[in-house]
Amino acid sequence: MIVFAIATVSSRKVLRAVMYLLFVLIGISGIYFLIDYSFLGAIQIVVYGGGVVVLFIFSVLLIHHVELELEVTPLKKKISAGILSAVGLGITLWAILTYPFKTANSYQSIEVEEIGRKLLSYEDGGYILPFEVISILLLAVMIGAIVIAKGKKLGLKEGEIENRE
Amino acid sequence: MIEGINIYEVLSLSSILFFIGIYGFFTRENLIMVLMSIELILNAAAINFVIINTYLYPDFLQGAIFSIFIIALAAAETALAIAIIINLYKLVSSVEVKDTEIMKY
Repeated sequence: MIVFAIATVSSRKVLRAVMYLLFVLIGISGIYFLIDYSFLGAIQIVVYGGGVVVLFIFSVLLIHHVELELEVTPLKKKISAGILSAVGLGITLWAILTYPFKTANSYQSIEVEEIGRKLLSYEDGGYILPFEVISILLLAVMIGAIVIAKGKKLGLKEGEIENRE
Repeated sequence: MIEGINIYEVLSLSSILFFIGIYGFFTRENLIMVLMSIELILNAAAINFVIINTYLYPDFLQGAIFSIFIIALAAAETALAIAIIINLYKLVSSVEVKDTEIMKY
């Protein structure tokens, strides 16, 4: 997965980078399946594998030629960005590895039924407000994308994402 | 939780993904590739939410619910950004970062 992630940010052919990104996303959904949260794994595959990656491929094909290669980033910029992210990674890993996490002993898998009840409950600890806000947000994004792109293709894709929620 | 894998390993994996995304965000010249790096960053955040929820607080569901919200937001953001990029391509015939100097035509 890490190899594919590095390939995503370093490949010079655009379509190959998109396919590497797809592999990374499927690997992440594998993590969700491993911790028994299969609902989110399925969502990940459907939304990313079916929606976002297809959207990327469409836009790449609309904009570039298939075999077009990206410009080479100047080496100086690469080195400075690499040093910056390596330092950040070092600090983060140090913080994670030295912090004593109290791992819980009990374990239960995450049930879809509970999540559904939680999402729609309006009692304490319910998530009805963010749920509604995100519905409005998706509607606004749908209209906005149609207005901005002034085409119907993007709007239809948005509609698929909205329906899945 | 995953048998035989502790929380440190998964958190290390997600932070490595996050900083690979940061690296791509800084080095890529193309707007679509910048967007793909943002996808990597958001996915690392979603992994962190789910993993911390299952390993540390298995009785609660907050992390699981927020990861769903993150995925919805990422999808919405990607679709809107691609609409903007295509519109920009119609205007200036390029999607390189250095060529996008106008915000309004």
